[in-house]
Amino acid sequence: MLALFLRDIRLGLRAGGGVLVGILFFLAVIAVVPFGVGPDLKLLARIGAAMLWIGALLATLLGLDRLFQADRDDGSLDILIMASERHMLAVTVLIKCLAHWTTSVLPLVIASPLLGLFMNMEPAAIGATTLTLLVGTPAITLIGAVGAAVAVALPRGGLLVSVIILPLTIPVLIFGVSAAYGAVEDPAPFIAPFLILTAITLFFAVIGPFAAAAALKSSAD
Amino acid sequence: MRLVAESLAGARGGEVLFSGLSFAVASGEALVITGPNGSGKSTLLRIIAGLLEKADGGIKLENSASGFDSLTSACHYLGHLNGMKPVLSVEENLRFWQSFNGPGDYSLVEALERVQLGDIGHLPFGYLSTGQKRRASIARLLVSERPVWLLDEPTAGLDKASEEQFAELMREHLAKDGIVIAATHLPLGLDGAQELVMGGE
Repeated sequence: MLALFLRDIRLGLRAGGGVLVGILFFLAVIAVVPFGVGPDLKLLARIGAAMLWIGALLATLLGLDRLFQADRDDGSLDILIMASERHMLAVTVLIKCLAHWTTSVLPLVIASPLLGLFMNMEPAAIGATTLTLLVGTPAITLIGAVGAAVAVALPRGGLLVSVIILPLTIPVLIFGVSAAYGAVEDPAPFIAPFLILTAITLFFAVIGPFAAAAALKSSAD
Repeated sequence: MRLVAESLAGARGGEVLFSGLSFAVASGEALVITGPNGSGKSTLLRIIAGLLEKADGGIKLENSASGFDSLTSACHYLGHLNGMKPVLSVEENLRFWQSFNGPGDYSLVEALERVQLGDIGHLPFGYLSTGQKRRASIARLLVSERPVWLLDEPTAGLDKASEEQFAELMREHLAKDGIVIAATHLPLGLDGAQELVMGGE
């Protein structure tokens, strides 16, 4: 299992892995917001957390369709499925999601404080947003795994995956943003939405891999 | 150990390709599946591998060796695709499959030597020629132990010398009480192999 994690990390970092694509997309989205919204520093600071979350959500969706398709294209997926008695397929899926999150999404979380400066956010708001991204984005990857598994047989499933999973990621976005606001705006609570966000991630850490494994098993042909 | 299929039927996209297929292969025996394109050779192999649902009938592995409780877990499957990542080196690919699928009789270096790729194990898999890629994925069969080898056109892209080498590897596997089931158009050089002709009336 560690071998699978390391292999996927290596694949992510080497040429064609798409680590940079996500970051560049995130950067592009956040960098154009101030131009679109105008030089109203107060407004930027107010919508900062929400924009960072939306940007991170879309950037996370970007590479998800390749999660299993790359393995299917070269035949590895067959062998991974055949090994399901040694390594439960759901665990294999979970490991692949973790590796994908580490190479494609963790860099977004790390870049978000820097991009928060673009949005004229206070240090506390930047810290809270980064923390909620760190806790919330794994849920997006895990939900995405289900979509990626369902669409694995489709050659151009990229957009379809995003459309399938977008409704399911809305709760993540809502609680992520409200926790980030709760940290800086006084009457709004931080702990409650943050705990719900954590719960969503833990919930999908269980449901996601099982659903994706079932979809992968039935997609084999 | 015996692999037994009873009145097996396979379908693709709702259309039945074959039905009423029965065969038995014991340890140390090989089964060569031949037949025209579209007669269901690959489908049969994928059904044995557990990758496709059978339409009817049954297939099981009797008296299997310890550690290989079900048929799927006892199978190595070498399909049309090699199951290797082009950006990783041949050694990295094989090392991954070895640690994922469990160790076999051959170490990584020995397996690469056996398929004459000893000196280019450090190259990315994507740089290899078609025949070399095929040999590298044959090495995957060696680095992990599985009693049943399911081979789909295993010699596609191999030259004469490599074909002979591969036949030698298969004979060795059979001598160790393994089972080889191969779908092919080309003679594999296995003496005394059973032949199953599909699609024939």
